[in-house]
Amino acid sequence: MNRRLLRKLTNFVALGLSGLATAVGLFFLGAILWTLVSRGLAGMSWVLFTAMTPPPGSSGGLLNAIYGSVVMTVIGLLIGGPIGMLAGTYLAEYGRTSPVSSVIRFVNDVLLSAPSIIVGLFVYELLVIRMGHFSAIAGAVALGIIAIPVTVRTTEDMLNLVPQGMKDASTAMGAYPWRTITSVIYPAARSGIVTGLLLAVARISGETAPLLFTALNNQFWSTNLNAPMANLPVVIFQFALSPYPNWQQLAWSGALLITLSILVLSITARIVVSRLGPSGGNR
Amino acid sequence: MNTAAAIDPRHAAGQRLRERLFRAATLVAALLVLTLLGGVAVSLAQGAWPAFAHFKLHFLTSEVWNPVTDQYGALAAVYGTVMTSVIALAMAIPVSFGIAIFLTELAPVWMKRPVGIAVELLAAVPSIIYGIWGLFVLAPVLQRHVQPWLIDTLGPLPLVGRLFQGPPFGIGILTAGIVLAIMVVPFISAVTRDVFETVPDVLKESGYGLGATTWEVIWQVVVPYARTGMIGGIMLGLGRALGETMAVTFVIGNAHRIGSSLLAPGTTISAAIANEFTEAVGDLYTSSLVALGALLFLITFTVIAAARFMLLRLERRALSSV
Repeated sequence: MNRRLLRKLTNFVALGLSGLATAVGLFFLGAILWTLVSRGLAGMSWVLFTAMTPPPGSSGGLLNAIYGSVVMTVIGLLIGGPIGMLAGTYLAEYGRTSPVSSVIRFVNDVLLSAPSIIVGLFVYELLVIRMGHFSAIAGAVALGIIAIPVTVRTTEDMLNLVPQGMKDASTAMGAYPWRTITSVIYPAARSGIVTGLLLAVARISGETAPLLFTALNNQFWSTNLNAPMANLPVVIFQFALSPYPNWQQLAWSGALLITLSILVLSITARIVVSRLGPSGGNR
Repeated sequence: MNTAAAIDPRHAAGQRLRERLFRAATLVAALLVLTLLGGVAVSLAQGAWPAFAHFKLHFLTSEVWNPVTDQYGALAAVYGTVMTSVIALAMAIPVSFGIAIFLTELAPVWMKRPVGIAVELLAAVPSIIYGIWGLFVLAPVLQRHVQPWLIDTLGPLPLVGRLFQGPPFGIGILTAGIVLAIMVVPFISAVTRDVFETVPDVLKESGYGLGATTWEVIWQVVVPYARTGMIGGIMLGLGRALGETMAVTFVIGNAHRIGSSLLAPGTTISAAIANEFTEAVGDLYTSSLVALGALLFLITFTVIAAARFMLLRLERRALSSV
């Protein structure tokens, strides 16, 4: 009887603790979002989107940083997206069972979790030293490299969800694999692939470490891809650590802006995926 | 309708050519992924070579990091990297375990998805956000409320006491460890939840049929079945913690020294690179920072590869049992 009570008590305590652990996790998400909203909202105004980053003590906005972030993210996606999609296509279709593919899958998974600052160092050695100066294009290449493994993974997963019957039907009509892939498989997996690209954008648009010594930063408006370019993450980094209140306020507003956009992207991606169905049903 | 075109030899040749081109393009892209990893390794080794050649093994065993005298040793940064990650895992593992249990065994169906997504959103928040939050919100709280208490209660103890002595800086090794813990929880709990879900219901039901409580089923049936996957998830989290840069840079204090106290400022490999790289003057300084990067690459690569290998084996087992 006593033993039964002890077992019940252990059960109760252990399950209670696991509920508590979940509450702790949710508490921190709430705490971080609350801090961002309460501190960032104060600086939210049109000036943020229309003025350049100011010198200490005077007012300004984040226009050049927002522009730079968008430009480098887009170019990064243009570099990483196609390469990742093609590589994912190879893994899912042409080389599905080949031994090279399992090696590539393994390496891709390693790259997926590799520290992003290493990618920054790599691009520094590869481009910045050879070109002799920091540049927006080097930053975009670093972001592109980070986008590749994300896209490879989601593309392969999504192409695998396309029913074999559809592929067989196309092959039976005499289509070459490239025709089947581009005219049947890609359209069928379109929303999945787009989701993968959204996730890649969410991943690279908040990256700071790889931009520190590739794109650097720029106090002024610049559209020159061959020169240092301002970007939100690095501006947040510099401004938050500065002693000037107006810079710190801009850092918080920028942080709120970047987090909101990333959360919207991730949630959208999740909704699209759940529409596809957990078992990969294709509608 | 189009049968004529299908037998038209020119058309067929065009199709074959496009097929070859497309196939080659996908293969090149796939091989590029391999080249990428190789390229990173080679370029880091190249950049790090001057530092390794100059300091030899001393680079790994020296704590001195002095740009003025051009003396560089990696020990303090490696110590900080390992220490913050160990603290992070010590806190993140129990919490992630609890979250995984809650999501798979306890939560009512309507709660599973929203709570699961909320925890995963923690992983989507960029690391720089954790950094400013850690510096402006968490560090003051720790400095005022938590660290004085730690110093008073744990400080006088023998042995462990040394870890909790000195003034409460707010920032330091411990704070970085806590921020890292919050960051890796979503990764570990997501993997753990997924492997918990692979446990066949029959196994759990046999446990319940014998009269086991929920906790006994989890501890004696689910956990042994899912052990490899859990370890894989933990090592994935470790890889993440070891290489994390921005969050740590804000709260570590950036001091190249090994203090006995966890409350003291320190540095990590990635924080040192992020802080000093653009300001490094002189080839030896830059090369030493790249050498730090090469060390980090080596450490994280080993950890991540081991984790992926474990998860891969698990996937194969799941496939063969179906």
